[in-house]
Amino acid sequence: MAKNTAASRRRKTIWINVSFQSAAFVLALLLTTVMLLAVGAPPFQAYRSILVGAFGSVGDIFDTLIAWAPLLLTTMGVLITFSAGLWNIGIEGQVTLGAIFTTWILRLLQESGLPPWLIIVLGILAGIVGGALWASLAGVLKTFGGVNEIFGGLGLNFVATALTLWLIFGPWKRPGTGSMSGTLPFPEELWLPAIPGFRLSPWALVLSFIAVVVVYFLLRGTHFGLRLKAVGKNMRAAYLLGVPTWQHMLASFLLCGVFAGLAGALQVTAVYHRLIPSISSNYGFTGLLVAMLVNFHALWAVPVALFFAALNIGSVHLPIVLKLDSSLSGVLQGLLVLLVLMVEGARQRLMSRKIIPAEPASGEEVQS
Amino acid sequence: MTTEQILVGLASVLAAAAPVMFAVIGETISERAGVINLSMNGTILLSAMGGFAVAMTSDSLLLGFLGGMVIGALVALVVAFSSITLHQSQVAVGFVLAIICRDLAYFLGNPYVAQSGPRLNTAPVPGLAAVPYLGTLLFNQTLVTYLSFGVILLAWLWIYKTRPGLMLQGIGERPAAAFVRGTNVNAMRYLYTILGGAIIGLAGPSYSLSVKAGWMGTISGLDGIGWIALAITIFGGWNPLRAAFGAYLFALLQWLGLVLQSSLPNVPSQVLQVAPFPLMILTLLLVNIGNAEWVARTLAALPAGPRRVVTRLLRALRASPPAALGVPFESE
Repeated sequence: MAKNTAASRRRKTIWINVSFQSAAFVLALLLTTVMLLAVGAPPFQAYRSILVGAFGSVGDIFDTLIAWAPLLLTTMGVLITFSAGLWNIGIEGQVTLGAIFTTWILRLLQESGLPPWLIIVLGILAGIVGGALWASLAGVLKTFGGVNEIFGGLGLNFVATALTLWLIFGPWKRPGTGSMSGTLPFPEELWLPAIPGFRLSPWALVLSFIAVVVVYFLLRGTHFGLRLKAVGKNMRAAYLLGVPTWQHMLASFLLCGVFAGLAGALQVTAVYHRLIPSISSNYGFTGLLVAMLVNFHALWAVPVALFFAALNIGSVHLPIVLKLDSSLSGVLQGLLVLLVLMVEGARQRLMSRKIIPAEPASGEEVQS
Repeated sequence: MTTEQILVGLASVLAAAAPVMFAVIGETISERAGVINLSMNGTILLSAMGGFAVAMTSDSLLLGFLGGMVIGALVALVVAFSSITLHQSQVAVGFVLAIICRDLAYFLGNPYVAQSGPRLNTAPVPGLAAVPYLGTLLFNQTLVTYLSFGVILLAWLWIYKTRPGLMLQGIGERPAAAFVRGTNVNAMRYLYTILGGAIIGLAGPSYSLSVKAGWMGTISGLDGIGWIALAITIFGGWNPLRAAFGAYLFALLQWLGLVLQSSLPNVPSQVLQVAPFPLMILTLLLVNIGNAEWVARTLAALPAGPRRVVTRLLRALRASPPAALGVPFESE
């Protein structure tokens, strides 16, 4: 009997959660619609244009999937640092350094006579190393220097961008003069194999799905994941209970850098086939948004990241079709996260006033 | 370089630092009350675009600046409401707002890109502008620059020399104690966060109507300044005077980068442009490293002479945040 009521109460809680989250989604859409009306743009046509842009043809769908892979990787990375209570805003730079390291190895080995598949694998591994190194820099600044990871990371982001520009216009410039379109593209045998006739590489998707599975089990079923969360929830208590805190923080930076570096490596080997100035394509920051939305649940990131990737790809057509800036997608994504946060706060407030029955303490989805 | 050229250059440093100054002082006030307004990077862009749009359509510079302040105050209100009333993480809300406001600025600002609008002129102070050296440096500036001098001084006087300022320190350091003494902590936090936000909102129009007049969308070159301003706030140790020193140092470094670029053609321009960022990390390192445990241990192993020197140096640089920064306050 008692078990039965607990189960029904839990069902009720889930239902309340879902209705609050949907309210946040509807509110975000409503606000965006009001904004579109305010600038005199037809909202329905704008949303339709985004949908058509993201899913209108096989090519569009593939473009959305291309954007999905690196976004999943960056999301998985920041989920790990989030678990340790860290705001790894430096992830943009970690993606960039991954791309730089991959480009470096591909350039170094492209004339070496090694089999192309081996060069690609080495290039991707180098990207992983590059991302991890850049992340460990932010990690060391945080753990040994006391520099907040937000500011260390931001500074390193700017340095990474400058490094990219310098390489593109300096040592790695195209024959003749360097240009904003990036370095000279690699020969086709150094591209990560794609579906014939399209740019989508199934390998990129496979690698990002592996990342999701790894992070899901890492955070749910391992000792390491548990200790990471302990450090994130209460560092002092974790330390007193014998969890080596700085080692875990540094490890979470390293792991996040691995995923970020892999994302950068894929941007070079699977998407652009060269180094371009904005190689990280904002996937780091968008990944932070996705991670905030899914609240530590790695599996939820799969559909949410797809949705965010679709928004990004779909909005590319807005300037052409409706003369609107493509930053609309960023506004919508941000509003969605902000309203989910605010609605969650409102829900907790209402519950503490007993207007809505409180959640059972044993509920698994309770995340304070 | 002649003395005159250097003076004009330094005067331009003071002018270029004005927008950053508003951002840093506004953030300092907000953080003194215990609320981190991480949205600053977006707020600056949105208030730059909004201030320019208002000034252009109304043909009134004053309305433009007021518009920027209203935008800054509104964004700060969202931060305050989400964190104080709804108990959400200030960092999370601030970061999301930084992204929303930036993209909103680009989206709403689309029609205003590369339009010509009003611009603030220099207003030499009668009499004082003719004083040798100092006149060129201090008194041949725009109203915005004068205002930035005033804001530094006012903020410092308010925090350290007035009763309400003492209370402001209290609600950031020991809110429970302030509450016991009859202060409505959360109401004051709302007030100071919104006030700080309004001052941050001055930074945008200071760019778009004065220092970098106009709105250029994504190539405005303003993206990133808010993050630097946040770092300067920390470097400033939540003291307006030290923060002002940080902002001027930053502007000076940028100017030196420009000057050096013309005399050092072999150094790629990208390197000099980002020189402030590694320096920013380095200064944060110096400000914070005194708090690290391993440093204390290493120092203890040093002989007395060097130890005293290093300890004194680190103590001079060290800054600790308000104790209740980012911590919500509940009266019951």
